[in-house]
Amino acid sequence: MHDRFYRSLYRIRRVEEEIIRVYPTDKIKSPVHLSIGQEAVSVGVCEALRADDVVFGSYRSHAVYLAKGGDLKKMIAELYGKATGCAKGKAGSMHLVDAAHGVMGASAVVGTTIPHAAGYAYALKLRRKDSVVVSFFGDGGADEGVFYESLNFAALKKLPMIFICENNSYAIHTHQLCRQPTANIAERARVFGVPAERIEDDVLRVHERVGAAVKALRAGEPGPFFFECLTYRWKEHVGPNDDFHLGYRTREEADPWMKNDQVKRLAGLLEADQRRRIESEVEAEIQAAFAFAEESPFPDGSELFTDMFK
Amino acid sequence: MDRTISYVEAVREATDQEMERDASVILFGLDVDDPKAIQGTTRGLAQKYGPERVFGTPLSEDAMTGVAIGMSLAGLRPIHVHIRMDFLMLAMNQLINIAAKSRYMYGGQVHLPLVVRSMIGKSWGQGAQHSQALHSFFMHVPGLKVAAPTTPYDAKGCLIEAIRDDDPVMYVEHRILHFQKGPVPEPTYTVPPGKARITVKGKDVTLVGISYMQVECLRAQRYLESGGIQAEVIDPIWLSPLDGETIAESVRKTGRLCVVDNGWMTCGAAAEIVAQVTERLQGAREVRVRRMGFAPVTCPPTPSLENLFYPNARTIASAAYDLVKGSAQGWLPEERTDLREIEFRGPF
Ligand SMILES: Cc1ncc(C[n+]2csc(CCOP(=O)(O)OP(=O)(O)O)c2C)c(N)n1
Ligand SMILES: [Mg+2]
Repeated sequence: MHDRFYRSLYRIRRVEEEIIRVYPTDKIKSPVHLSIGQEAVSVGVCEALRADDVVFGSYRSHAVYLAKGGDLKKMIAELYGKATGCAKGKAGSMHLVDAAHGVMGASAVVGTTIPHAAGYAYALKLRRKDSVVVSFFGDGGADEGVFYESLNFAALKKLPMIFICENNSYAIHTHQLCRQPTANIAERARVFGVPAERIEDDVLRVHERVGAAVKALRAGEPGPFFFECLTYRWKEHVGPNDDFHLGYRTREEADPWMKNDQVKRLAGLLEADQRRRIESEVEAEIQAAFAFAEESPFPDGSELFTDMFK
Repeated sequence: MDRTISYVEAVREATDQEMERDASVILFGLDVDDPKAIQGTTRGLAQKYGPERVFGTPLSEDAMTGVAIGMSLAGLRPIHVHIRMDFLMLAMNQLINIAAKSRYMYGGQVHLPLVVRSMIGKSWGQGAQHSQALHSFFMHVPGLKVAAPTTPYDAKGCLIEAIRDDDPVMYVEHRILHFQKGPVPEPTYTVPPGKARITVKGKDVTLVGISYMQVECLRAQRYLESGGIQAEVIDPIWLSPLDGETIAESVRKTGRLCVVDNGWMTCGAAAEIVAQVTERLQGAREVRVRRMGFAPVTCPPTPSLENLFYPNARTIASAAYDLVKGSAQGWLPEERTDLREIEFRGPF
């Protein structure tokens, strides 16, 4: 189990580090909202899911996409704007999608996919399926009215879905407590009668608790479940750089989160040669994915008009 | 008038001067008080006027628009800022069903002195949801005024006008225009609605460029010049109310109209302008018309498709050339790098 977790964590971290490395070449002409520091949430959750479960995300979805099994080559090609990308260059980094692997889409408009998850869950329930839906959103998403409206509906209809609020304390440069009177997102879900929990930045704990919720939903227990996963964004809101110079947060604030790096933690739980084997396999895969993106052609001009309607 | 400042500085200065003049003017929106200060357009204002008059909001566009309406009912003059026009879609109910209608629906008992600033994005993979230009939605609805200034001069004058207006004004910016520089007088002045500006005189064809497309039209005018054609270029500045008269008078002279919108064409601003001009001139002047705008698809982030999505100076020049010649000529001017940096000149 630890080896699987480590592979997924390490892979996401290294993919994004490669994006950072390539970014100054301007080959990736797409705004990138990196997940570095937040990998544990996506990995903890998605390791508890099956291939036929689905996830919905936001513009910060590199981690969710990869953790859920989204195709790496197609993701990198998408960032490069190539015809071989997951959406043929029509998504960019903000709208990653891989329907075959249950990544049902990502929106750049905050909060907008939360009700899609509820709708999908409604359909699953109607069809008596035992798969589940996970909605990923940020603490900023919990500012929006649609969050409460979706939570209300999901609770009302007892939908087989899991709300994952990735609380990294900030919406762009604005702290949660400058936008919300109290830092009690999980508590708010309880008011709707939804079992809700706050989880520290701990991939194993996230996996264990979300895993239990998934099991309950599959067994036909009423949903939804709610988890507020505490985490921290290491890089700037959008782009490849650090942003501690901006002054809205400090290095000292980031320090404990960086010390608690879940990628390193899991590395430490593996035998050295097992870890090295995983790392070299992942490195080869990443290298191949970037080479694939580099070599792929841009979409032909005629593609401008495709995909509008059937 | 020799002071040259950027569009960003013009917006900031207009806001600052009006806030200083009138204590009922307040400024809020997501991130107006953060380190990036909405591209700099709100820089320093939170410090100067304090957190009661300048504040960042929760991510709650719908409710905050309603809050702005409540504030203006109570006599404040709120400026509500959105870093992308796309996010206005969350506020449509309040804008369309309430803001646009209150004065009329309540028989003139109330009015809403409200300014909604929003920005159109472009390029670097902005893609589907960060590049939309939806000004025509607001033109469609009676009760809203719509300004889309393209120069720093008009940015300042329109914003001051909008703030002083007793009814709701949608103030549309473009992220690329933010970098434009131009002459801007320091004292306050207004650029009132309903008056377009002829930015270049010409006799062969009328080019109307909306928002950022004004810049591309100015470049197109230079390309056309090298093809022996004198284009007249018009900036409508205000889209609602629209100065159909100035445009029609130009077309009465040229007989050819090409309207280039920074937006989609169907039911769009370009369609409206063409309709108003042909209504005015029918029977009096034979007119050839052309609309240009976004390709009728979702904006693709990949540069190879994005280049085809937007009109540009060369494609505009080519289309205008055809209008003048009366048929497709297949003329496309060679790219000229010296036209890339066309800046606005004044004074107007
Ligand atoms: C409806 C809407 N309003 C504003 C924005 C601008 N915006 C983009 S990301 C963001 C912050 C969202 O924060 P959060 O939900 O906590 O997610 P995080 O970026 O921290 O992952 C904002 C305000 C947007 N994309 N959509
Ligand atoms: Mg956040």
